[in-house]
Amino acid sequence: MSEFFAMGGYGFYVWSSYAITAVVLVLNIVKPWLASRQTRRRLASRLQARGDTP
Amino acid sequence: MWLFFHKLASPPYFYALAGRLIPWFGSICLLLTVVGLYLGFFVAPPDYQQGEAYRIIYVHAPSAWMSMFIYVVMAVCGAIVLIWRMKLAEVMAVASAPIGAGFTFLSLASGSLWGKPMWGAWWVWDARLTSQLILLFLYLGFMALYSAIEDRRIAARAASLLAVVGVINIPIIHFSVKWWNTLHQGPTVTRLDAPAIDLSMLIPLLLMFLAFKFYYATAVLIRARHELLLRERATAWVRKLLERAGA
Repeated sequence: MSEFFAMGGYGFYVWSSYAITAVVLVLNIVKPWLASRQTRRRLASRLQARGDTP
Repeated sequence: MWLFFHKLASPPYFYALAGRLIPWFGSICLLLTVVGLYLGFFVAPPDYQQGEAYRIIYVHAPSAWMSMFIYVVMAVCGAIVLIWRMKLAEVMAVASAPIGAGFTFLSLASGSLWGKPMWGAWWVWDARLTSQLILLFLYLGFMALYSAIEDRRIAARAASLLAVVGVINIPIIHFSVKWWNTLHQGPTVTRLDAPAIDLSMLIPLLLMFLAFKFYYATAVLIRARHELLLRERATAWVRKLLERAGA
């Protein structure tokens, strides 16, 4: 198992590139998803504040 | 067929369709990633020259391919914006840019982490690396230009022009390893003769490539829906949507 993580001495390079890829790809999904949820909430509450929900 | 395209271009239809597709594309992406990485790490043998370090390829090459693919998508959308002023093309181009910039950054970062042990340097001013860095600046320029102009429609047109002009960099990146003597290795997969890579390594590479394609599809639809919502917030269909969600 530790041999697997060592990657023949290249562990640092291999795992850093996978880690950085994972971080960027996850952020690029989570951030817009949260932003979109927030926008929906903001628009909905504004709509309610105007009092014209049926 | 035309009817379908016509329908697709209508914001409420696109918004609903994208919402239904996102979980599917996301699941396919995850599945391909799991299988691809399993084959890449446990089935594919180490490289005879580079040992285990070559396994960076499974994120490096797909990132680099996607950085160029997304740019072409963005430039095609940009051309559609300039010619037909189609709103949905504006939304798709704007939604693509940050994802493409992310992949470009990743190709440079993982390439750097690969270059250090193999070439002995984190960075060299080699034709492939330099043209890829220019691609990153093109993406960042597109995003900066779009956010600098208040009116979203005018902003999209200005940024589209940049995207279309910048597409000249794509063939330069692709052929840089042939036109110039570079430290970066030549193409291994997209050659006219057989790929210079063993099947046991090629299959996980192609699976990761597909996984990244589905990742892009997922990410771009999430961003496109958000952009559409912001642009159309004053319209009746968004109101109806919010009322239904609130009820």
